Amino acid sequence: MVSGGLTKFAKAHPEMDFRYMVKNAYDYAMKDVPSLEKKDIDGSRISYFSDHFTRQLKAASMVQDYLGLNPKGSMRIEWGGATGGEAFQAGFEAVASGRMNVCLVAGFETMSRVQTWKGNEFIALASDTNFDYPIGGFYSGYYALMVTRHIYEYMRKSRFAHVKDEREAQRLAIKEASRILSMVSVKNHLNAMHNPYAQYPKKLTVDDVLRAEMISYPLTREMICTMSDGAAVCVLASEEEAFRLTDNPVLIKGVGCGTDTMRLADRPFGEVPLLKHESREDYEGLDYPGVHSFRAGRAASLEAYERAGIEDPAKELDFIELHDAYASSEVQTYEDMGLCKYGEGYNFVESGAPFLKGMDYGFPTRNAGQIPINPSGGLIACGHPVGATGLMQAVFALWQLQGTVKKHFGDSTLQLEGAKRGAIHSHAGTGSSVTVSILEGVN
Amino acid sequence: MAASAKQLKKYRRYRDVMTDVLKRGAAVYKNKDGSEQLVIKSPYTINYVHSYASDTRFFLGLAQNRLYGSECKGCNYVFATPRSHCMFCGEPTEWKRLSTKGKVHSWTTCEFGGEEFLKETPYNLALVEFEGADSLFMARLKECTVRDIYVGMPVEARFAKKPEYLVRDIWVVPSGKKPVKRTARKAVKAKRR
Ligand SMILES: [Zn+2]
Repeated sequence: MVSGGLTKFAKAHPEMDFRYMVKNAYDYAMKDVPSLEKKDIDGSRISYFSDHFTRQLKAASMVQDYLGLNPKGSMRIEWGGATGGEAFQAGFEAVASGRMNVCLVAGFETMSRVQTWKGNEFIALASDTNFDYPIGGFYSGYYALMVTRHIYEYMRKSRFAHVKDEREAQRLAIKEASRILSMVSVKNHLNAMHNPYAQYPKKLTVDDVLRAEMISYPLTREMICTMSDGAAVCVLASEEEAFRLTDNPVLIKGVGCGTDTMRLADRPFGEVPLLKHESREDYEGLDYPGVHSFRAGRAASLEAYERAGIEDPAKELDFIELHDAYASSEVQTYEDMGLCKYGEGYNFVESGAPFLKGMDYGFPTRNAGQIPINPSGGLIACGHPVGATGLMQAVFALWQLQGTVKKHFGDSTLQLEGAKRGAIHSHAGTGSSVTVSILEGVN
Repeated sequence: MAASAKQLKKYRRYRDVMTDVLKRGAAVYKNKDGSEQLVIKSPYTINYVHSYASDTRFFLGLAQNRLYGSECKGCNYVFATPRSHCMFCGEPTEWKRLSTKGKVHSWTTCEFGGEEFLKETPYNLALVEFEGADSLFMARLKECTVRDIYVGMPVEARFAKKPEYLVRDIWVVPSGKKPVKRTARKAVKAKRR
């Protein structure tokens, strides 16, 4: 990966339609590598999630056209919430296979065109429209169903195992887990205070998050990302081309991808696919994945770690930009990616490990800096223009590994000292598909 | 577009533009740099013709107060949400009438939703473990509130008297619950708000 560019993610960009947004991000990426010219680009992969939002089918063709890339080859990539991550890997494959020397990957979404509740309806159409949508199913509801079970498995059965009254035990477990989920929201919003591309940077307290409007119990508004307009662009190149173009590229060391059933109701109850540092005894009596965990996230991690030669991700990765569409899915993802064992996600938050060192979150973060998660602010604070999101993560990871955060953000607070290796993680509806890509600095 | 160009109002906040566009058909967004963007209303409605294909029996079953799942003859897995081929071994499944009693596997109370369902909020969704089935079934959980529900709560299915031939022809209620009269249900809803 040699370059990247972004628009600021915003509630709405009425001054730019999707073509202009991508053009802005593209111009930024091209300018960042002066020796890179349009003639060097062999083709593109273009991603956006929903034709309902664009109300323009084949909008990717219009992007290709607007950037002046015709008659070079292009494909549109769409895979729900993981659209950006999938497009990134499609670009990687185009280069790794030798088909292209330089591939442009561009993604966008224009979600401001309808009101939030209509947007919720559009996105809900990415769940089974025969079985899930007609009962009032929508994504915040589905993730709430998942975290309720996660809390039951991992909070009710551990910290509240001693409480005899079942209802009381579950109430207490939900309350305790909600407090910890709020810490994740506080973290991502505060990190974003130093990211000029973020849509919702703010300083919140745990109480602010807990008292925010309830969307789908127990998830409040501040635990959920919002709809956004935005675009992101990545330029990927073969090793030879990369070093011809720049002396500061980043290596895509390994990629992984996993899937699961579209309907939550169909998720099976089996065994955990183990990472190298886990054993069968760790998960005796656990029905997996059920609806408490994302098997696709585990499958994607297994493949990416294998290819990148990673055995213990918490020790061998310096940071992760992961898909926190919900504070709950961030915690569930810690476990899928093996940063801690299944069931230890809440403890992992409280240990402080995913927080940045030297930031005042308003509560103790003992192991801060161990493995910062979403140093950029993630989806919760940056916004989630679906087709751009996974590529936004790649751009943040690129700048982090190049050590160029200050140049691009005008603020060095989020630059991690000596970050050598990071992961990006993109995730589609209820974990029906997930991508993980491992990036490494080369200097 | 009803409004003529002369009548267009200009706004600096996108939210205000959106409100006016939806009301009047068009408005102008005034950007910080002084540039102006025309924003118009663009309605879109469709009537689809839809076949339930091999899932048809499930939906016809609901109209007869029956819950059908499907059982794989290859590996004996029972799918509470029907599918005509097994996702494990690929064999065709057979219809199996399921018990209408079960337990809450997981749940939530939605205070917000897609546009179509906003007027019904708050409503509960549950993933249900029906007796004898290996997989779950997602349904509305009615006649109880966020304060009553817990994982493991016994529930039983209810069926719509006038079927819409949609999956919402079935829902669940807490077990042993007597049918609530319409007036009483309204009172419960009022209390909740
Ligand atoms: Zn089978």
